[in-house]
Amino acid sequence: MSVVTSEGPEEFRVGMLWRDTRYRSYTFQIIALIAVMLIGSFLVTNIVSNLRDAGKDFNFSFLWEPASYDINQKLIEYTSRAPHWKAALVGILNTLLVAVLGCVTATVIGVFAGVLRLSKNWLISKIMSAYVEVARNVPVLLQILLVNSVFIGLLPKPKLSDPMLGGALVATNRGFYIPSVTTEAGSWLVFLVFCISVVGVFVLRRYAKRQQEQTGKRLPVGMLSLGILIVPALLAFFAAGMPLGLEYPELKGFNYKGGIHMRISLVALWLALSIYTGAFIAENVRAGIQAISKGQSEAAHALGLRSARTMRLIVLPQALRIIIPPMISNFLNLTKNSSLAIAVGYMDVTGTLGGITLNQTGRAMECVLLLMAFYLVTSLSISAAMNKYNHMVRIRGR
Amino acid sequence: MAQKILPAALVGILGMVAATTTQASTLEDVKARGMLHCAVSTGLAGFSFIDDKGEYRGFDVDYCRAVAAAVLGDPTKVKFTPTTGKTRFTALSSGEVDLLSRNTTWTFSRDVDLKFSFAGVSYYDGQGFMVPKSLGVESALELDGATVCIQTGTTTEANLADYFRANNMSYEPVPVEKNSEARQNYLAEACDVYTTDASGLAASRATFDKPDEHIILPEIISKEPLGPLVNQGDEQWADIARWTLNVLVEAEEKGITQANVEEMAKTATSPEIRRLLGAEGELGSKIGLPNDYVVQVIKATGNYGEIFARNLGEDTKIGLARGLNAQWTDGGLLYAQPYR
Repeated sequence: MSVVTSEGPEEFRVGMLWRDTRYRSYTFQIIALIAVMLIGSFLVTNIVSNLRDAGKDFNFSFLWEPASYDINQKLIEYTSRAPHWKAALVGILNTLLVAVLGCVTATVIGVFAGVLRLSKNWLISKIMSAYVEVARNVPVLLQILLVNSVFIGLLPKPKLSDPMLGGALVATNRGFYIPSVTTEAGSWLVFLVFCISVVGVFVLRRYAKRQQEQTGKRLPVGMLSLGILIVPALLAFFAAGMPLGLEYPELKGFNYKGGIHMRISLVALWLALSIYTGAFIAENVRAGIQAISKGQSEAAHALGLRSARTMRLIVLPQALRIIIPPMISNFLNLTKNSSLAIAVGYMDVTGTLGGITLNQTGRAMECVLLLMAFYLVTSLSISAAMNKYNHMVRIRGR
Repeated sequence: MAQKILPAALVGILGMVAATTTQASTLEDVKARGMLHCAVSTGLAGFSFIDDKGEYRGFDVDYCRAVAAAVLGDPTKVKFTPTTGKTRFTALSSGEVDLLSRNTTWTFSRDVDLKFSFAGVSYYDGQGFMVPKSLGVESALELDGATVCIQTGTTTEANLADYFRANNMSYEPVPVEKNSEARQNYLAEACDVYTTDASGLAASRATFDKPDEHIILPEIISKEPLGPLVNQGDEQWADIARWTLNVLVEAEEKGITQANVEEMAKTATSPEIRRLLGAEGELGSKIGLPNDYVVQVIKATGNYGEIFARNLGEDTKIGLARGLNAQWTDGGLLYAQPYR
């Protein structure tokens, strides 16, 4: 009878680095790390020596010099005497504006198109299929240029334009004008009341949920919320002497003045990005809904739930788990595609920092690095936020 | 996730830059490849455009051809690279092209900070405004509140901002990338005014269906000395670029034309002309070119006056007068350095 004797911890030999699975993965990782570092250091020295040969230094002090160019669309105060960093900031805000508007609209378009593509109505489902196939398969740059050309070519110039809806909407080939809200003294009261109402709605929802869990009775939450939001704010508005007003656009000189000016470049970019990305989202939504087994909705119907509630309570929560991960990459794509803005003259960050600033200062390296850092941070933030949401709607083990 | 993206992104950034390498001698490179790489604009009537036979033609193009004739003895050995106002400097400084001949204004920061060498001034210009006659505007000072189409990445942006600021007027810029986009916007009246160099305005107007319906306002708001440029650091190449331009101007002053250059090279008695055409002395070979390179240049493109007349002059659609671009003997600013 032989006895297996353990020899204690096995002695380490060099050959184990690639033969022993315990060490092998570490070996490869270290080799990969060294390779990456070598390539990295080669590239850095290459830049440094090339910049030195070209007689250029690497610094960011140009950001504090006056930009000396004007930007048409600015969400913050900006003049041509402001420094370059402020021009970059104006561009960043413009990028974020079109990205947020685009993501929201693309989602709305995508959900509608995705659901309607599953419609039993042959015509509707075919129209949606055609939309998805065309929008997905034509380069987004062409779509942006097309929308822009259509607006510039078909809409009237300001002098020939015809205000619609009693002067509330003007469409010209330089942009769309809508009324803006003017505030006078006392308007803070209306805002305060409105904010309190919003809190009130959340309280109501919690109360309604508890009520339903305890007694099984459901409150008409939708109608009540609407009432809470509107009535007190309206009362405050009249009580404070109507401090809020609307400013209508008016034709003065060359252009319309007053109101909110949505430039053709913004609308064209926004619309084209939404239509393009909407087609991808539509496919995700359709895939998500089709992935939920039919038995789920049949079981819900058997329990007596109506179609709308089946969709909202049974199908969608499960479908969302499938829809959201690809949705993240669609939002990221939209944000990055917004850098095509210069094609229609929309001054996003690529147009200001990566365009005019880069050109006037000649600081290509610095500007491009800053731009890449900005897009990286934005994309990672969107990704993080969406991952968080994805985490919230995942299946929770009980 | 972040840990993986960051290094990958960094490697990407650095990789793009690594492609840029410094070159030894531009002249050697051009001779070795038998082809001159020249950056021009993406299409501006009279300066650089593609004709119905698919050939590049224009004032800026002819300068490239003159350099090719000087260096390679053949004006057709040019590869043209169309560039926008934004991409032109990167194209030159990265070594993608040997020469940039694209209505580029000679400024301090481009010369000093961007490290370029200007070969001289090939066209004295200034920024102007074009409006439709129907607008009823007769002076740039009446443009308060106007929407202005402007090519981005040019000196015109800063001039425009300064001019409106100095005159306490407001405006709405509509930035566009190319002349063709400016044209589209301007003709649809998505902007009231188009501003760029006055020569560019005249060139654009010549291509309109009804050029008479547009006027160029009298105000010229800046000095725009346009000229070809090369990278700083290769003095020999910069000399070739500079003297090719100079001899074009000098040839006009001396009455040497495409038609009579060969004849003059043989029969001229004036020592100045004999030196210029390489019949006497060794000046050409001193900058690394054949001694008779001036003959090749003039044979290929004609002198400055002929290039101007062919592309921009009063007999063309563009119809520009010589103005500041006349010889100094005719009251203009063209004054070539002595060839000796």
